[in-house]
Amino acid sequence: MTTALRLAIDIGGTFTDTVLVSGDETILASTKTLTTHQNPAEGAMEGAERVMAQSGRSLMEVTGFIHGTTLATNALIERRGAVVATICTEGFRDILDIGYERRYSQYDINLEKPDLLVPRERSFVIRERMSAEGEVLVALDETQVERLLAELDASGAEAVAICLIHSYANPTHEKRLRDILAEHRPDLTISISSDVSPEAREFDRLCTTVANAYIQPLMESYLSRFIKQFAAQGVNCPILMMTAGGGMCTVETAARFPIRLVESGPAGGAILAARIAARSGLDQVLSFDVGGTTAKLCLIDKARPQTSRSFEIARAARFIKGSGMPVRIPVIEMIEIGAGGGSIAGVDRLGRLTVGPKSAGSEPGPVAFMRGGTEPTVTDSDITLGYIVPDTFAEGHIKLDPKGSKAALKRVIGERLNLDAIGSADGVSRIVDESMASAGRMHAVESGKDLGPRTMIAFGGNGPLHASRVARSAGVSRIVIPRNPGVGSAVGFLFASVSFEIVRSRYSLLDSMDMDDVNALFDIMIAEAKEVVAQGAGDAPTEVLRTAFMRYNGQGHEIEISLPDRALSPEDIAPLTAAFEEEYRKQFSRPVPGMQIEILNWAVRVATPERSVPPVPETPEPSVFKVSETRPVTCDVDGTAKDAAFVARADLKPGDRVRGPALIHEPQTTTLVSADFSAHLDAIGNLVLIQDQKGGAK
Amino acid sequence: MSAELSPKLSPARLQVMWNRLLAVVEEQGQTLIRAAFSPIVRECGDISAGIFDVNGRMLAQAVTGTPGHINTMAEAVLHLRERFSVQDMKPGDIYMTNDPWLASGHLNDFLLMMPAFKDGKVVGFTSCTSHLVDLGGLGMGPEGSDIYDEGLLIPPCKLVEEGTPNALLMDIIRANSREPIANEGDIYALIACCEAGVNRLVAMMDEFGIDDLDTLGCYVIDTSRKGALEAIAEVPEGVYKNVLRMDGYENELELHATLTVTKDGMHVDFTGTSGCSKKGINVPLNYATAYTVFALRCIVGPDIPNNAGSLEPFTVDGPKGCILNAQRPVPVAMRHTLGQVTPDLVLGCLHQALPDQVPAEGASCMFDLPMRHAPEVAANGGREFAIEPVHNGGTGARPHADGLSATAYPSGVFGSQVEITESVAPVVMWRRELLPDSGGAGKYRGGLGQRIEMTSSNNAPFIVFLSVERLKFPALGRMGGQPGAPGRIRFRDGNDDIPGKGELRVEGDDYLIFDTPGGGGFGDPSERDPKALALDLKRGLVTEAGAKAYGDTSS
Repeated sequence: MTTALRLAIDIGGTFTDTVLVSGDETILASTKTLTTHQNPAEGAMEGAERVMAQSGRSLMEVTGFIHGTTLATNALIERRGAVVATICTEGFRDILDIGYERRYSQYDINLEKPDLLVPRERSFVIRERMSAEGEVLVALDETQVERLLAELDASGAEAVAICLIHSYANPTHEKRLRDILAEHRPDLTISISSDVSPEAREFDRLCTTVANAYIQPLMESYLSRFIKQFAAQGVNCPILMMTAGGGMCTVETAARFPIRLVESGPAGGAILAARIAARSGLDQVLSFDVGGTTAKLCLIDKARPQTSRSFEIARAARFIKGSGMPVRIPVIEMIEIGAGGGSIAGVDRLGRLTVGPKSAGSEPGPVAFMRGGTEPTVTDSDITLGYIVPDTFAEGHIKLDPKGSKAALKRVIGERLNLDAIGSADGVSRIVDESMASAGRMHAVESGKDLGPRTMIAFGGNGPLHASRVARSAGVSRIVIPRNPGVGSAVGFLFASVSFEIVRSRYSLLDSMDMDDVNALFDIMIAEAKEVVAQGAGDAPTEVLRTAFMRYNGQGHEIEISLPDRALSPEDIAPLTAAFEEEYRKQFSRPVPGMQIEILNWAVRVATPERSVPPVPETPEPSVFKVSETRPVTCDVDGTAKDAAFVARADLKPGDRVRGPALIHEPQTTTLVSADFSAHLDAIGNLVLIQDQKGGAK
Repeated sequence: MSAELSPKLSPARLQVMWNRLLAVVEEQGQTLIRAAFSPIVRECGDISAGIFDVNGRMLAQAVTGTPGHINTMAEAVLHLRERFSVQDMKPGDIYMTNDPWLASGHLNDFLLMMPAFKDGKVVGFTSCTSHLVDLGGLGMGPEGSDIYDEGLLIPPCKLVEEGTPNALLMDIIRANSREPIANEGDIYALIACCEAGVNRLVAMMDEFGIDDLDTLGCYVIDTSRKGALEAIAEVPEGVYKNVLRMDGYENELELHATLTVTKDGMHVDFTGTSGCSKKGINVPLNYATAYTVFALRCIVGPDIPNNAGSLEPFTVDGPKGCILNAQRPVPVAMRHTLGQVTPDLVLGCLHQALPDQVPAEGASCMFDLPMRHAPEVAANGGREFAIEPVHNGGTGARPHADGLSATAYPSGVFGSQVEITESVAPVVMWRRELLPDSGGAGKYRGGLGQRIEMTSSNNAPFIVFLSVERLKFPALGRMGGQPGAPGRIRFRDGNDDIPGKGELRVEGDDYLIFDTPGGGGFGDPSERDPKALALDLKRGLVTEAGAKAYGDTSS
């Protein structure tokens, strides 16, 4: 069938990216429009109309529509959600205030704990209690409902998050309470923890439920408006929403679990990188997405982005772990640090050069943008080193002032450290690239993995510019820059599956596991997930992935082990033990024989099969591209002045090879090929950078 | 290759290398935490990792969950470096000890040190420390009468010889533990951590083309020392004294400190402090020093990483035999109980110099509550368990903000989640809630303690091993702020409060109640912003009765 016409819209904080694709692979049109914060659907509509006009098609012809938005994330960060109240088990009013009893920064005696949206005057309790095994210890005291309703009314709550102790093991009290409240207060939005995040750990589960309730009214109305607006313009296919886990769900599911929509944009980027990994046969990948204020890195093994079951929203300054609001949802796991083109450089009290996390953003922006910025940024250093060439920057839409960059670097850094402008810029570059590489190494260590053998897939406005510098620092020697690196996330949406994941806690020792109990649990979870997927995928075939999260008794770190897609029996214990020990050996070098293995969480993922992956044809015979232009740069390897080849990406043919130092420019970004790398174009237009054998760096 | 042949080392390149050292130790630390078996390691990050130059000077140390390793590791490596000849070291060798007076204050902390070789020469060392689950003896608790009661002490020795662990030593460690498998796992994790650190250090030296750490080491140490001295120069010179009264075990205690601030450094002396206890709450000086220096550095130059340079200007001493400079062979297993209040002791001195920068006293000593089935339960075939839930009281009010409720300080522990505790042990926690009025009144209120109520879930008796503080003497306020509520432990149906130290047997039908202490207030309560007080009342953090502490509020 050649009639497929698919549209992807990614609404970000500054720009809305729109991509139109025919069949599976051919991009017919793409555009960037400004995000319209009052009514984001307007900017989306403008983008959609533009790509339709560019390609001569109409919205009525669209057969697939995928949407991702930062609206959910921004509402949480900017505190623009509903007034939420919580209802917990009697004796547990302060789950949010107590949290993990921890300060996120060891030496900072003045820190405040994160604001978790519900102050104590809106946290209520009801008498009831479940045991860890899900037995009723105290029945739900329905005589307290009247008091609760009065408290809710007086508090002005618009939404309620209900989280009762051990409800993941037995949700009947939560469900009953929800039904009673809904009956008495039909306008109240109610989220229950056993629906939103049925995992043990009351603090995380409550936070997730609160965050869901907080954005639910807003997202419901946004989504219904969005659909109406596009339906009015003739869109008659269902609109699917991108989730943090890298899958798609229906608008109805999104309205029920809006918390799953956070960070869907970056997830799209990881999906794109995974797709390239699959096509190019790359088993171990590091995706590297750098924009104006942050860098996001994701580990991708066997073309699957690493996933996690938890995430932290709205971390305080400096992206410190523990300074945000934890939510337990399936997410593509990424490390995010405050380092991008707009990151501001300076010198601290000890005379140490610092870069970020403060960013000049787009307003006032880097000094070179001449919009009032006075503090030197990473972009100013890249301009000073010659990597950003003023006449081709942003297709000439933004005029640059390289002298301003130099003066600011000299003034803020050079004078303190006794360096000239170029030396200062070189220092800024080294510090920021080291910190990005360091974040990647740390993330790999935390995951029990290694960066060395990986291929970096770099995109985002500043990813290609910093890729070879960061790769060197991280010990990575191969880089791929995809086509259209500027709108990577929206392109990624088009490769996602319709999917839904459920994680549920049930504690058990592997040796003495109650098989019937676990099998029954899986049956329920799979039925639930299939129902959600069927809403978006109709009767399309689906795949079921079952996993268990295991650990040695007493250990903290859980290891994800795949289970067969069938009922478990006692014969499975031995192979599962072996699988756990094998994975443990991979991560920690030695298993610990004789130690008991325990399981706390079980997961299912139901998804439509991934789109087929046509392999990349072999790259044509290498041919040396004839360089006709050069630009002076400061070599990032040894700090000396060199002439770099200056090449338009559009001029390269598959097989063309360019030796570093080189600058390969395209409308939205430039790829810096360092002196110890060379670049070639593969058969489908990816730019591939390979580092020389050791000895290139002197 | 000599140092002169190294490429030109610009400040920016040196700093990149410094950043790399800091990244390497954090990575080492993470590796260790992930692989650790001991719950206290996983929940509290009770580990450390460091990199040292060839002379044993510390260049970088991981910032982990506990301050207890801050100076201890730096001193321990110097000691091991002196004890063993560098000429005799071979690639793959690893040295270790768990001597409380050399490593980290009690037997459970194992410290390893490994030389890093480049071109056949020792160029530096990596070290790491981790808390092992069980070293035999009476186990983790204050009941030992001397160090020999507390378990196995391993003097400085070679644990790994050219890559091969000493089989006899490993056998001895296994044979002397109730948790031999977990101990072995933890030791392998420590070995892996040292090896990873050495590999990364040498790879970094290759990458940056340096053959020794001399120039880099001097840069790191000189920059940090200079920064620390500049920060100290902002503290008024003088001699400042403070006394804390503590519950103790068999008798009450006084902790004395004299802080002397000069342009060249800050020195703390514990002269006047009570003598040792007969039970294991005594503190070796290395451990008391770690917490003392940590507290000072929270106020004075907290932005400077820990290394030989930044630590050098801070010195601590005390008369031999006082409870903060306990001598062999006194028992020290629960040395953190008083170790964790030394910040309050020394901050009380520093407050006199910097009245506007130092917080009031807090609960400080965590309610670390190891619990185990009663002995006869195992004999009768009942459910066996061992857990170690950790909960905290309130921190002291800050000079410009309220204290934090139910939050760890100075330790960086994670509090336990009730659902996890109940999943792994036959207990029910019926309540875990903030305790109204427990925060000391003040212009800024102390953090609140919490109330925890629990029973057995299967009517089987169990034992709690108590070693907590501030049940008699509360956290004091500053500048007119009032003390926080003291902690309290009791049975709902009992007549007497239960003391904070010793073994507590809980019968199947007992209902046990813990109140963790509140933090002290800062400033005169009558100066509290009426809006802040009204909000506390609205939130139920202060009751109508409790509001009386703030004076006449009937405006």
